[in-house]
Parts: sequence; C-alpha cells; structure tokens
Amino acid sequence: MKIVVCAKFVPDATADRRFRSEDNTVDRAGVDGLLSELDEYAVETALTVKESGDGEVTILTVGPEQAADAVKKGLQMGADAGVHVVDDAIHGSDAVATSLILSKALAKLDADLVVFGMGSTDGGMGVVPAMVSERLGLPAVTLGSEVTVDGQTVRIRRDGDTASETIEGTLPLVLSVSDQANEPRYPSFKGIMAAKKKPVETWSLADLELTADQVGGSSAWTEVVEVTARPPRSAGTIVTDEDGSGAAELVEFLSTNKFL
Amino acid sequence: MSNVLVLVDHAAGKVRKTTAELLTIARRLGEPVAVFVGEGVQDALPALGQYGATKVIALSNPELSQFLVAPKAEALQQVAAKVEPSAILISSNAEGKEIAARLAVKLDSGLITDAVDVQAGDSAGPVTTQSVFAGNYTVKSKVTHGTPIITVKPNAATPEAAETSPEVEEFDVSISDAAKTARITESKPREATGRPELTEAAIIVSGGRGTGGDFGPVEAFADSLGAAVGASRAAVDSGWYPHAYQVGQTGKTVSPQLYVAAGISGAIQHRAGMQTSKTIVAVNKDPEAPIFELVDFGVVGDLHKVLPTATEEVTKRKA
Repeated sequence: MKIVVCAKFVPDATADRRFRSEDNTVDRAGVDGLLSELDEYAVETALTVKESGDGEVTILTVGPEQAADAVKKGLQMGADAGVHVVDDAIHGSDAVATSLILSKALAKLDADLVVFGMGSTDGGMGVVPAMVSERLGLPAVTLGSEVTVDGQTVRIRRDGDTASETIEGTLPLVLSVSDQANEPRYPSFKGIMAAKKKPVETWSLADLELTADQVGGSSAWTEVVEVTARPPRSAGTIVTDEDGSGAAELVEFLSTNKFL
Repeated sequence: MSNVLVLVDHAAGKVRKTTAELLTIARRLGEPVAVFVGEGVQDALPALGQYGATKVIALSNPELSQFLVAPKAEALQQVAAKVEPSAILISSNAEGKEIAARLAVKLDSGLITDAVDVQAGDSAGPVTTQSVFAGNYTVKSKVTHGTPIITVKPNAATPEAAETSPEVEEFDVSISDAAKTARITESKPREATGRPELTEAAIIVSGGRGTGGDFGPVEAFADSLGAAVGASRAAVDSGWYPHAYQVGQTGKTVSPQLYVAAGISGAIQHRAGMQTSKTIVAVNKDPEAPIFELVDFGVVGDLHKVLPTATEEVTKRKA
C-alpha cells in the first residue's frame, strides 16, 4: 500500500509569527519553521498502518526551500521517502491552489491512502483534505480520533459536537486525524541517522504539469486586504487569596462588571 | 437585490443560534435565501422568517444525511446554479467548513473560513474579518474570484429580527455515486449537560491541570453563573474531561463576554482558543503563570478553595 502524508512547514508558534508587509502573506522565510505539530499525528498514523500490514510511507510537502525540514522530520520519525514540491511561483497560494498542487502530486505518486493532520498550526482552515478529496474524486473520512484499517476498509471514530460517529470508506481514500488519534513518536538516534540516506525528490510545477498562472498569489481567489496586530491587553488587577479574600474580590469584580 | 444563500444549521428542525446570526449578516449583503437540508423544515420556518429569510429552499433527499458532507456540497452546487447567489454563508464548524471546501472547488470560487465579522464592503464584494495566529493578528480579507463562500464563527453578529413570511420551495437534487463513498455507520449522541453550547456561551469557566482531575468546583462555579464548561488540553490529555470541551488551537476557539480560566497556565495552545474573549479572569496558584498577562482580573490562589467560596457567594447574591 502506498501511503502518503501531506505535511506542512509552518512558522514556529512559540516564536514571533508575522506577515510580509509587501503582500500580506505569512512570512515563512525569515522565521524559524518546522513540521506543523498537528501533522505529526498524521505521520504516526501512517507509520502505524504500515507497521500493522505492509506499505510504504512518503512525506509530501509543498513550500519554500526550508520546507525540506518538514520532510526530514517525517523521515526521521520513520517514513521511507519524501517529495518536496518547490517553485517560486507557488508563493502566496491559497487553500484552493494548494489543494490543486497536492492533488497533482498525489496522482503522480499513485497514493492509496492519503493522510492529513486536522489542520495547520498557522492558517488553520482545515479545508485542504476535503478539497483534495473533491479534486481526486476519492472518499474522505476526516477528523478521526481513532483509526482502523481493515483490508480495504478504513474506519474512524469522530467525536463531534453532538455525537460520536463511526465513519467508513474504501481505499483509495483521504484520511485526516485529530490530535486525539495517537501519541506521535520521537525520532530515535537511529532514525535520525537513517533519514540521511532516504530518497527525497524535488518537483517543480512543470513536473506536475501545472503552470505558474494556476497557483501563487496573483491567481489566489482570496486576498488579505489589511493586517492589524492585536493591541496588547492592558494589565489587569491581580490579587492574592488570603483566607477567602480572593473569592470575595472575584465576586465583587463579576458583580461590578454585571456578570451576575 | 442579489440573493445570499445561508445554509441552515439545525438539529431536527430546531434552528441553531448561529443560523440567526448568518441570516442577520446575509441581510447586509442582499436577500437571505435559507437552504434547509433534512427533516423538519416546517418547524424551522418561524425562526427563519423571524430573522429575515425571504425564501426557504428545502432539500429532503435522505441520502443527504446518510453520507457525510459530499452530497450536501453537491446539493448546494445545484441550488447555487439555480439561484445565482452573490455570496454563500455557512456555519464555521467541522461539517460546515468541509462543505464549504468542496463547494469552493466545485464552483471555482474563493473561500474564507472562520470569519468573526462580515460587512458588505464596496462593489468588489463582502469584506471579512478573521482573527489569526492565536488571536495576535486581525486580518481583513475578500474573495476575488467566483462566488464568495464564507464560513462564519458563532457570535460574529448579534441576531436582529426582521419578520418575513418565507415560502418553502422543495428542491430536488440528484446525488452522484461518487459523493456516496464515505458512510456514517454508527452515531452515538452525546449526553446533554444542560449547560450552554461552548462556542455560543456568553460565559465560560474552564479548568486545567490545576484541577488535579476534579472538575467539580469548575462545574459548580459555571452553573452558578449559567456558564458553559471548558477544559485545557492538559486536562483533556489527562483524560479528566472530554475532548469536545477542549478550548485551544486543537479544540474550540471561543470568544465569550467572560472567560474564567481556573488552574490553567495559559500556554500558547490555550491562548489561541480564548484570547479574543471580552473579559478574562484567572485563578491560579502560580503567580508566574502566563495566563496572568492576559487577565482583567486574576486571583493568585488555590482554585479548590477560591471557586467553592465564590460559587456560594454568587448563588447567595443571585437568590
């Protein structure tokens, strides 16, 4: 079985994240980046499926030069191969364009099982799995908190707001997993060394039979017109509880602000 | 005026508050046309009319509920082809976003998700506001291609009534076999807590690692305030509270009038989900906890002592 994990390289959420002033896109070049934390759950799922049967796990990423780090992390965790789609024309692509690039690459890879995380930690739209499923005409079972692969059937449990559902589909298929699905493994020393010898291919838009005018900022179907940093919250009142004084002051605050 | 499609979010005909918000927003952009999928359209009609739906398009094909989201996206595509809307508004929950994603590909249209405000803008179409990067930035965006498809978060607008008496138009949709490949085989409804819905609540009381696994004081304080209960990722990962109540980057993003964080340190993960709350209150033993950087009012103290005393006092004052 050919398992492909779609992984995203994102700015580190614990560092300073910002927008490029010239085109209001996320600054990915001048900041520390890494494999989106939520995609680690997708890598773990793929590795578990591989280990419980047979298969080969490929990490696929679309992004600038540095995005190769996201592929490397997946290989260190235990994936077999990597594909990095990189092309200057991709800069500024929105979710619709990104899903087009991924779909072409997934078709070229002839994927049986496509695994996504639940969303990226930067854009966070969580819409690309559904878009890829739509483009490839494959079934999608999304936001799985528990995943079982049984022959050709993929079954997930999805914990929604109003119900916990069991959802199933047949391979080939698009799967996304939540952060409840598993506990992603840390790369071992052996894994880190082995990753250096694993094959990583670099593809351009031309390799996917796409042209620059189909993707990127100039053909994005959405545009950010204004970016404003949130003003820092003004310092609040902090009291220390002594023999119930904290509770009294808390209730007084709630009362003064009409929450009672 | 142009038509604006609103996908009705409902449970067996009981219309959710988010739908009233979507209809209110739709009236800023044009004439709201409600699209109702499933059983119970007659039950929903009064609420849809109250908030200004000029027409209700009802889709009752049973295949629409049996198979995940793909058939709903197909149905909306067919409705859009007939109605030719100037925008499509959908609730920003897991299902709504997936429907919107598929629709964007089908209609060759731009998609904006998680809007916290939508205004008419100029002739170029609606302008949306989104809160990004853990609430550290606010961005305004617009769709530049096709029919703007916008998913809107709860509390993005205050529902304003505008009484109409909409007609119901039954609409036949044909669902392709390709859309019927992912099937719901079992559904266990979540037990009702009797508390407000987390994403819609005006007040939320959340517990974290500091509860030590005992959410009793958090729930009691929430109930005294008529609040919803939330939990931090640390509490959910420890198995102390169900994931459906998690507030944060991988849970719910909430923006209530009042957010009370009890025993929550305030990691970036959590801040991402609550930073845009109007008023923030924290109770934490650790005076150095980063949550205190965000608060309007903070108590350095043990939640197991502070909350029960506060609950008693609130109950007394409300009586």
